[in-house]
Amino acid sequence: MYTEKVMDHFTNPRNVGEIPDADGVGEVGNPKCGDIMRIYLDIEGDTIKDVKFKTFGCGAAVATSSMVTEMVKGKTITEALDISNAAVAEALGGLPPNKLHCSNLAADALHAAIKDYYDKQEKAKG
Amino acid sequence: MRRVYLDHSATTPVDPEVASLMMTYYTEKYGNPSSIHSFGQEAREALEKAREQVAGFIGAQPAEITFTSGGTEADNLAILGAAEAYKDKGKHLITTAVEHHAILETFEFLAKNGYELTVLPVDEEGLLSVDGVQRAIRPDTILLSVMHANNEVGAIQPVAEIGRLAREKGVIFHVDAVQSLGKIPVNVNDLNVDMLTVSSHKIYGPKGVGALYVRKGIRLVPRVYGGGQEKKRRSGTENTPGIIGFGKACELAQARMADEAAKLTGLRDRLMDGILERIDFVKVNGPRGAKRLPNNVNVSVQYVEGESLLLSLDMVGIAASSGSACTSGSLDPSHVLLAMGMPHEIAHGSLRFSLGRQNTEEDVDYVLEQLPKIVERLRRMSPLFDQMQREAGAK
Repeated sequence: MYTEKVMDHFTNPRNVGEIPDADGVGEVGNPKCGDIMRIYLDIEGDTIKDVKFKTFGCGAAVATSSMVTEMVKGKTITEALDISNAAVAEALGGLPPNKLHCSNLAADALHAAIKDYYDKQEKAKG
Repeated sequence: MRRVYLDHSATTPVDPEVASLMMTYYTEKYGNPSSIHSFGQEAREALEKAREQVAGFIGAQPAEITFTSGGTEADNLAILGAAEAYKDKGKHLITTAVEHHAILETFEFLAKNGYELTVLPVDEEGLLSVDGVQRAIRPDTILLSVMHANNEVGAIQPVAEIGRLAREKGVIFHVDAVQSLGKIPVNVNDLNVDMLTVSSHKIYGPKGVGALYVRKGIRLVPRVYGGGQEKKRRSGTENTPGIIGFGKACELAQARMADEAAKLTGLRDRLMDGILERIDFVKVNGPRGAKRLPNNVNVSVQYVEGESLLLSLDMVGIAASSGSACTSGSLDPSHVLLAMGMPHEIAHGSLRFSLGRQNTEEDVDYVLEQLPKIVERLRRMSPLFDQMQREAGAK
């Protein structure tokens, strides 16, 4: 049902955890539908220095979270904003059709974290 | 790697004795039971013996047994067939919220086509109230269908009492006994039923075979027309090897049931108690003790999701099932757990182990060794677990 790559990311997820005092935190999903993804970003200048995630959800939810952290680490914010949910699924060698909607939200979580970073910057400027 | 199959409510392996008997009817005694030559007649004889075996197992007369392609078809025949046959008497139907989809979807179809449907709720253990059934019955009620035991949480319904009530009120009573057959006594007279569904592949028989018991005198309009087999109730050349296998499986189950139920109950409680002892924030779904099927364990592991649990268990060779949305094929978790009043997020973390004939204490202990590690790993990843701990810490 899942590709080898999905199973690899599910079994050995990259960058699990959280970043204390992260520059940006994004969360999508809700417990009712069975998926929650939270992404933490450490940003220096324009670059994503570090990224961690925590996810409650199915195999696809865990694998896409793990994959997006791998895709975005060391990238600029502009590059990160270009990553789509579809690109994450593609990087995993595809997802079963029924997972493309409900569990493929990792890029949304990433973008929410970037938005949180911008909001915090705005606030700091006052 | 060790492989432990704990999904016997989904399906069971075919007993080797059953399989070897069936093989004869594929390759040697392959005649059509409707043919008058000796090839046909030897198949007919074996088919009728199987009918006696199935009937004998549930306390019915052989003539009251109609073979079908499985539990789903038997459920459809019972509901659609009786609804059509008795529509002049009334158009009100009653069932419960925790039935198998083969029942619910069939009733939903009728509800969209001129019938009125009452779906009865269950309590938090998944059990039906007899009073609730009594209140739901109206003068125009023609059919009531209640499952004997629930496939997900193992809750055994008070079917005999409900049957008595239905008979008093003149309502036809159908029972889906697919999950209870072979595990607890199923007798059509003790249970006061008019129609009863059974399936072969849940009792170590082949897939693709089931039967509907129809008490003598109950009218039924067929759903499959053709050559008039099965007393015109279900046309089509009989699946002779499958039916003969089902008959044999009934005979074996009848002989083994008492010992097996005692053994399975022991394993069930060892597994359930073991999980509760070793893992925090776990809730048992369904009743405990005598109101639960001897082979069913169903727990919700909070703060983790069911499909992740299943994938992780599968990687260490353990086969189980879950009521999470991801495994139900829809966006909602199991309709049974929701009907029991469980919040979505807890239903998503449900895990069912259904034990069977070959399982041993070592199998159970292997699960008890592996599951806590899996839960711990997934909880480390879970933002919900985090949040809960933080909130608990703040208090």
